[in-house]
Amino acid sequence: MEASGTTVVSRASFIESTLRGLARGMSKALVSEHAATRPGLLQQLDPRVRVIGVLLLTVAVVVCRRFEGIVSLMMVATSIAVASRVSLASLAKRVWLVTLGFTGLIALPALFLTPGEPVFALQGLHISISAQGARTVALLVLRAETAATFTTVLVLCTPWNHILKALRSLHLPPEVVTMLAMTHRYVFLMIETANQMFESRQSRTIGTLSGSERRKMTTRTAGVLLSKSIELSHEVYLAMLSRGYRGEIHLLTDFRLRPRDYMALTAFLMTAGLAMWVGR
Amino acid sequence: MASAFKIENISFDYEGIPALRGLSLHVEQGERIALLGANGSGKSTLLRILDALYFPSAGSVAFQGTPLIEERLQRNEFSLHFRRRVALVFQNPDVQLFNPTVFEEVAYGPLQLHWKKEELIQRVDETLASMGISHLRDRPPYRLSGGEKKRVALASVLVLDPEVLLLDEPTATLDPKSQSQVVDLMQEWKGTSKTVITATHQLEIVEDIAERVLVLEAGVVIADGTPADILSNSDLLLRANLVHAHRHSHGGVVHSHPHFHGRPHSEHEP
Repeated sequence: MEASGTTVVSRASFIESTLRGLARGMSKALVSEHAATRPGLLQQLDPRVRVIGVLLLTVAVVVCRRFEGIVSLMMVATSIAVASRVSLASLAKRVWLVTLGFTGLIALPALFLTPGEPVFALQGLHISISAQGARTVALLVLRAETAATFTTVLVLCTPWNHILKALRSLHLPPEVVTMLAMTHRYVFLMIETANQMFESRQSRTIGTLSGSERRKMTTRTAGVLLSKSIELSHEVYLAMLSRGYRGEIHLLTDFRLRPRDYMALTAFLMTAGLAMWVGR
Repeated sequence: MASAFKIENISFDYEGIPALRGLSLHVEQGERIALLGANGSGKSTLLRILDALYFPSAGSVAFQGTPLIEERLQRNEFSLHFRRRVALVFQNPDVQLFNPTVFEEVAYGPLQLHWKKEELIQRVDETLASMGISHLRDRPPYRLSGGEKKRVALASVLVLDPEVLLLDEPTATLDPKSQSQVVDLMQEWKGTSKTVITATHQLEIVEDIAERVLVLEAGVVIADGTPADILSNSDLLLRANLVHAHRHSHGGVVHSHPHFHGRPHSEHEP
């Protein structure tokens, strides 16, 4: 009995434990803003140069069509991470593995469906992997990993408010900047709310629910959570307006371009240009 | 005495559900007012209208003689003028705390209102010290306890030293010590030129925080008077759902009387 009870509970609490994991992950992500205060390569640059530089390098990643170009950009991304004192172990755990999982899943069909020279075949199932399919998948995964590395290193090394102000100074509409600001802060709060909703439901549930009942409950919870998130974002916006927000981000730190920022910008431009030329 | 707010016959509804119905009110500068009412009586909506976050569907609101209309609030000049003078503390502190650290949270308002940086830093530090939260300076607000969050939310508004303070349930969800700290702070504003309008349904703090009490029911003001007048009117408090009929027995005789927590026992009417 006990063994079966344990199994049921662990199945029933799958979504809850996932949410708890997400909450922990988000918490760590928000705390990672401390990394932005450590002395490092990116941290020394003006946030606008960081944003433009990472944007240029990410565009280069997307444009590159050859392995050599993307691999060299991945090496650049890793070097920037090391020079900016970002832990490679945490990068591997939080970015590389997650990206591999998501992109790998999306790209998987291409492995079998892309026509070309077969390099591996499952005889009984009439399924084969072509060289072109393997290349397509590898390129896609590598491209996603490199782009994710660049953007994560930027986010880890720059306080979120500085990124927003940099985006605003690059003429991103204030509405978009406001949305980004609120999303970043309130995703964590919403996950916490979802977690509490599941706990509250669990405390009022006697026995175990069937699979279909659990699915219905989850769907209903998602609906309530969506309504709550809309209400919360509206309240947050009102609170911002009340304290004088008018679509612009104002910070205590003034952005100022120094000679090293111009040098870094030139380096970013040349690296991106070179990678695009190699990977054309 | 100069006028702070003049509200004439305003109505407001949430997608067809009425929240305020033909409400009129005149608030003088320096008045300390308590808005009493059960949940859903329209207290929070009224505060939001006074803070020009909502605009009434009918009627008019004027701040220091200037009508508060949406188009005027969209103009930077008037918006800055108004936001420097009027501030609202929300009921749920979570909606008000969206910056990475407590210091940045408190500095947010002054930054939006273009304060000089040296003055801003000094004023934020003074406010943190006066609220007893200097030790939280570099902490992320979302990691604080409920009481700490409320104090940071208050500090983020008090730093602006506004002429008008609108407080939505400032002591709700606070532990007794934090509650008394907030009430003490509110008592310090007595006799100053600061206009303070507090929405609450905690009757035990009313005499400490206000000289005038308005009772709201279903979006209309049903009573306007001094705390002594309002709090001694049991029928009114029962009608507004601010007290409940408490049934108990003495020596086998069952009887009921209006009851609420925090008042002297002599206020009970048999």
